[in-house]
Amino acid sequence: MRRGRLTGYWLMLPAALWLGLFFVIPFYSLLATSLYDPEGSVLTGYDVSYRFANFVDALEQFWEPLVRSLWYAAVATAICLVLGYVLAYAIAFKAGRWRTLLLVLVIAPFFTSFLVRTLSWKLILADDGFVVETLQFLHLLGEDGRLLATPVAVIAGLVYNFLPFMVLPLYASLEKIDGRLIEAAGDLYASPSRGFLKVTLPLSKPGVVAGTLLTFIPAAGDYINAALLGSPNQRMLGNVIQNLFTTTGDYAVAGALSVTLMAIIVAMVMVYIRTAGTEELV
Amino acid sequence: MTTLQRAGRWIGEHLVLAAGLLVLVYMFVPIAVVMLMSFNDNSESRNVYAFREFTWSNWAHPCRPDGMCDAVLRSIEIGLLATLVATILGSLAAFALVRHQFVGRSVANTVIFLPMASPEIVMGSSLLALFVAGGFGGRLGFVTIFIAHVMFCLSFVIVTVKARLAGLDENLEQAAMDLYASEWTTFWRVTFPLVFPGVAAAALLSFSLSFDDFIITNLNAGQTVTFPMFVWGVAQRGVPMQVNVVGTVMFAISLALVLGNMLATRRRAAS
Repeated sequence: MRRGRLTGYWLMLPAALWLGLFFVIPFYSLLATSLYDPEGSVLTGYDVSYRFANFVDALEQFWEPLVRSLWYAAVATAICLVLGYVLAYAIAFKAGRWRTLLLVLVIAPFFTSFLVRTLSWKLILADDGFVVETLQFLHLLGEDGRLLATPVAVIAGLVYNFLPFMVLPLYASLEKIDGRLIEAAGDLYASPSRGFLKVTLPLSKPGVVAGTLLTFIPAAGDYINAALLGSPNQRMLGNVIQNLFTTTGDYAVAGALSVTLMAIIVAMVMVYIRTAGTEELV
Repeated sequence: MTTLQRAGRWIGEHLVLAAGLLVLVYMFVPIAVVMLMSFNDNSESRNVYAFREFTWSNWAHPCRPDGMCDAVLRSIEIGLLATLVATILGSLAAFALVRHQFVGRSVANTVIFLPMASPEIVMGSSLLALFVAGGFGGRLGFVTIFIAHVMFCLSFVIVTVKARLAGLDENLEQAAMDLYASEWTTFWRVTFPLVFPGVAAAALLSFSLSFDDFIITNLNAGQTVTFPMFVWGVAQRGVPMQVNVVGTVMFAISLALVLGNMLATRRRAAS
């Protein structure tokens, strides 16, 4: 913590410049884009006309995918929380010497490409596939009922793809819990379930908060699952933004939607952290 | 404790483990399918979503689909370059954050955390907005992808190396200095070897993030095609089974690297 007084600045400088130029400043560009005069185009250039009506236009046209994105992401996060908690708990308290190996297995799905994995779900949930046929046999799904192109498939894809983001922070905070505290609860005649609710669960709150955020945020912005596993009826906001930018070239509205998504997420995160009452994240 | 209670507890304990393993199985089903489909012969079928016949031919001719291997090579090239730059810049920044006091340190920590907590679609469109405003809208390609990848890898590198540095015993360096090692010698003979596993882990993470990125890349790629973009393109038409070969190879290499690293650490700890 001593040495040359300027060394810290020099070491920090390159990374700070890169993040400043290509992460912080772009937010300003995005904001400017959202206020462009929509008459412009990529070729003729845009004028920043402070046209706040872009936001009104954008929300009027696309409120549905926006609400759907938040809704799907919330449902997926809730399912991830349940599945992730079970897995993280099992690894932290029941796995013994297999802990490290199981943790590696948790991140292993990341080793194959996101898109390839999602396409593989398309195959698993296909109309003539094993899963659909079993569900039809059990009459859980109608004769020509299907999973692909339904919200179920999209949410299942989101759950699958973002589950590791939930498991890792949950594991990190469960692992820190002093086992003696749980034992103490048992010694004081708390049933295992009561001990869990009164001791383990509250102590794992930082992990729950970090995990839900790390799952919800990417899920709300994702469009790969909706595009590959859903139909246009399951279109999420990401699909719209991507399309407007790359195909339609409607930068003003796309920018306004991006800014809106970011604003909603920032607001939600702040409220959430405030009510959950955790300062330490990650 | 009655027998009934004991039985209940036994079930409870093993139930959690069983449920956890079941979740793990769920995570591996798609990977198993990818591996299986890499041996699928679908040359005569239009239905790419069914296993027809076993074949080695996808493995024997991985480059048959037009443009796939070019895309893979491009992804590797971008991944290596982005990893190199992000790992160097990120490690330097991690040293600054853990070992040095400077004005703006807490701001720096916040800015570093943000890319990991922003939706990719927002970061991607922001960067695109910047490039278009700067007049690079028509020149999107290799360079813009590289810039984007370094940007989102940096945070992950910094966090990973920081964690390793923070767990380092500074007394070891102090001891080296007390034994008249210069600051330079101390760094290369003591600090660097101790931090290296963190740097290596950060580099691996960064390469896999870069290789796999689609959302940010797609917005800033112009006409350049990376492997995920190739997959996206063929997903609409019909996926060649060779895509699964690439997926399987990626999986095998990464798993081998991580398990190798794990065993090496364990052996070092044992000796």
